[in-house]
Amino acid sequence: MEKNYEDIPGTYVFDADRSREGYHLNMFCISMRQANNRKAMKEDPEAYLAKYPMTEEQRQAVRDRDWNRLLELGGNIYYTSKLAAFDGITFQDLAAMMTGVSREEYRDMMLNGGRSIEGNRYKSEWEKS
Amino acid sequence: MARLTAGVGCSHVPAIGIAMDQGITEQPYWIPAFEGFEFSRKWMKDNKPDVIFLVYNDHCTAFDASCIPTFALGCAAEYHPADEGWGPRPVPVVKGHQRLSSHIAQSVILDEFDLTIMNEMEVDHGLTVPMSIMFGEVAQDDDWPCLVVPLCVNVVQYPPPTGNRCFQLGKAIRRAIDSYDEDLNVMIFGTGGMSHQLQAERAGLINADWDKRFLDMMTEDPIAASQITHEEYLRETGSEGIEMVMWHVMRGALNDKVKEVHRHYHVPASNTAVGHIILENHE
Repeated sequence: MEKNYEDIPGTYVFDADRSREGYHLNMFCISMRQANNRKAMKEDPEAYLAKYPMTEEQRQAVRDRDWNRLLELGGNIYYTSKLAAFDGITFQDLAAMMTGVSREEYRDMMLNGGRSIEGNRYKSEWEKS
Repeated sequence: MARLTAGVGCSHVPAIGIAMDQGITEQPYWIPAFEGFEFSRKWMKDNKPDVIFLVYNDHCTAFDASCIPTFALGCAAEYHPADEGWGPRPVPVVKGHQRLSSHIAQSVILDEFDLTIMNEMEVDHGLTVPMSIMFGEVAQDDDWPCLVVPLCVNVVQYPPPTGNRCFQLGKAIRRAIDSYDEDLNVMIFGTGGMSHQLQAERAGLINADWDKRFLDMMTEDPIAASQITHEEYLRETGSEGIEMVMWHVMRGALNDKVKEVHRHYHVPASNTAVGHIILENHE
């Protein structure tokens, strides 16, 4: 299967392969929608995490709250954002964290029209700079 | 007979719903976004639909990773606003038009579109935010001004259906509406977009020039718009911009020639470019 979208920089397209790899991770994240699960996760995170047969790498990325790594390991943003919400992180603050800038810098970028498409279409453009 | 009188394209940014629910739409951040909806709300009152066929996507609410239907048609009597992790939105329960839903399901499936049928379904901001945008604030214990037939499209797991498939489905939905025997004013909404990327290092991407061309094509060259590739959406409009395929269902249902009566484009709402268009479908 040709994946011509893999050369888009800073982007993990959530395709069927990533969906398969990330299944248990994503099911864990979406479980944070429910109050009883949030309570269990607060009380004993390791015990709660152990209920989901994800890989050790995924488990560690959850512990580290390494938001980009979670995406790399098959997480999808609509799922990982539920874990962020559990931590009290808003969607926009999560975006700031994933892009490595402060909340204020990210907000200012959006107010100024967002991240330009110029220079952000291909991985090769990022490698040059 | 039922008549399809108009199509509406509209973003469904959750922050727009939150701003309305918290009553902060008068804040400077939100004023320019909401100014563009003033015309739309008056227009909705003047052209009051009986039913809205609302094309939207679910955000891991009714469907999680365990079940991912490409097209799921709501056939329920009512659809409750879901708790997406911060409590359900304080908006009315959405009421369905069950007989019309059943008719569309039967007609469209025999037209070779293999829909999933949902007899129970919670709805998230993808559906309720466009309702709020077009109708304004409606109290939770009140009723929405019309009934809804929801069509939920997978755009979370790649690949979503192609733009062309969505466009052709729109045509099948139109045939179903045209053959329905009750005198109804039906509108169709295509929601989602516009350019935005919510994930990873490229989050915050906005491509206003591309978005504006897309809005032009919606009015003037819908067939060309329906041929836009998935790769182009992903690269040019951000990984979540691909939601715009849902607009082609709306546009496919309308006549080739339509009258654009309103357009609004604003950046930003949270992480997203807000796009909105109203297309009247005259005979």
